[in-house]
Amino acid sequence: MNKRRLAVNALARAAVYLTALLALIPLGLVLSYTVARGLPAVEHLSFFTNIERPPGIPGGGIEHAIAGTAIMVGLASLLAIPVGVLGGVHLAEYGHGRLAGWVRLAADVLVGAPSIAIGLFAYALFVAPFHHFSAVSASIALAVLMLPVVIRTTEASVTLIPNGLREAGLALGLPRWRVSLQLVLPAAAPGVITGALLAVARAAGETAPLLFTTLGNRFFNLDPTHQMSSLTLIVFHDALTPYDDLNQTAWGAALVLVLLVLAVNLGSRFALRRQLSLAGKL
Amino acid sequence: MVRADRFRILTGGTGLLAPLALLLIVTVLVQQAWPAIVHFGPGFLTGRVWNPVSLNFAALPYIYGTVASASIALVIAIPVGIGVALFLAEPGQAGLRGAIGIAVELLAAIPSVVYGLWALFVMGPFVFKALETPLNNRFGSFPLFSGTARPTSLFTAGLILAVMVLPTLASISREVIRAVPGGLREASVALGATWWETTWRVILPAARAGIFGAVVLALGRALGETIAVTMTIGNRAQISPALFEPAYTLAAVIANEFTEATAPLHTAALVELGVVLIGVTLTVNLSAQLLLRASADARP
Repeated sequence: MNKRRLAVNALARAAVYLTALLALIPLGLVLSYTVARGLPAVEHLSFFTNIERPPGIPGGGIEHAIAGTAIMVGLASLLAIPVGVLGGVHLAEYGHGRLAGWVRLAADVLVGAPSIAIGLFAYALFVAPFHHFSAVSASIALAVLMLPVVIRTTEASVTLIPNGLREAGLALGLPRWRVSLQLVLPAAAPGVITGALLAVARAAGETAPLLFTTLGNRFFNLDPTHQMSSLTLIVFHDALTPYDDLNQTAWGAALVLVLLVLAVNLGSRFALRRQLSLAGKL
Repeated sequence: MVRADRFRILTGGTGLLAPLALLLIVTVLVQQAWPAIVHFGPGFLTGRVWNPVSLNFAALPYIYGTVASASIALVIAIPVGIGVALFLAEPGQAGLRGAIGIAVELLAAIPSVVYGLWALFVMGPFVFKALETPLNNRFGSFPLFSGTARPTSLFTAGLILAVMVLPTLASISREVIRAVPGGLREASVALGATWWETTWRVILPAARAGIFGAVVLALGRALGETIAVTMTIGNRAQISPALFEPAYTLAAVIANEFTEATAPLHTAALVELGVVLIGVTLTVNLSAQLLLRASADARP
């Protein structure tokens, strides 16, 4: 009897370890294939300095897509991050009431809203009335996706700041808003910045909200009131063509995208950990 | 004093943007879909014909594909996700667990379109050769394995969705399992229970509500995922139990047809699909959040 129990225990333990290994497999495979298939495209410098070319004509690149992603995500960040940080500070500093509970719930539900629906929403409000696609409308859609992430991560890091800091500021006669913005927020900065960076990375990886807003563009364009391409749109469109050279471009753009997203993720995590370990020593 | 109040109101206003955006999204979508809602009535949800030429639109095959692909994803991801969560929540070997924890979070960071690309060129063809074709050949008379197997299929989409929802499931379940009071574990071990008996009879039952919340949240993600599914599901509107045949989802048909729709009724019908999608995902997400909040409140 005892032997059977121990055997079941060992078996279950092995199964749990196996699942942990199993979870690593897709990450390893996706990363290695993206590197292996993307590298032949990325190793030409012209990949970063040329715009896309029709199938069969060599030398195509993704310069216009990199610029498009940077501009659209940049605009979205300008819209979402300041507003989201202020909202998060409010929830952390004053959010004990019922209304704050509703705001939290709405933000958490909004995080899970399908991004394609947010694309439709941005199309209806910012594309259809003007009768043309634009990068700005895509930025607004991305900002809607980023906002709840920024609010919640800001709140989480501001809440962690000990009350002694607030009391010290108030005791020195600082008004509440200066305590929040000039004492508490800087102290919480690493967490706030990490949250904002993660939101930026998420926005850079989104495709669905761009489909009906910026649509894509085969040419280089820096004017946000017109269509732009993006890394994700290049991957999506070029992967679904039957041309080998365009598929190659898709893998190259995917590699650039993955490196960008992983760098932001690992980098911000590292910075946060350093700050937390410093804070632990205080 | 007056100034402090102004700061509170101003920042509170920015916080209110989140619920406001949510309301605005739903209102705008319903308003845009209104012509189709009026024209087709409730039959939109039960009809099977989607024909842009004759302007007949109904959603059932898309609803079926959405629910079926998400279900396949959950069937695969739930056991793995809870296993990973149990592994991560265990004490000891901090280095190894930390590394796997970071790997799981990176899994969540990879863009959907990259998963789609990989599944389209690598995973789909592999699954087709190694799993779909043999099962299809040997057990083709069994409904699930029947039909003509394809590399882009309901199963391929479900499998890649499983990978994509795994981090959600694993990281939330880990938090819930970690929050189970240590006394419960210690009491069980003190009674002579093995690690597995403690896990199965004490830890998992105590964490049940929260894990269920994580599962529902993952369901919401899987239902609303667009790009990876559009690239892998084969995009054929059909209602069939065959796992290895193509299907179509709500999000995928919107992504494929929206910019090509010229008839206003076609556009409105696509937005109505969006209304169905967001209605379902918001309900699912709301239930998940309420479940998770309830399980957090129930902790001593």
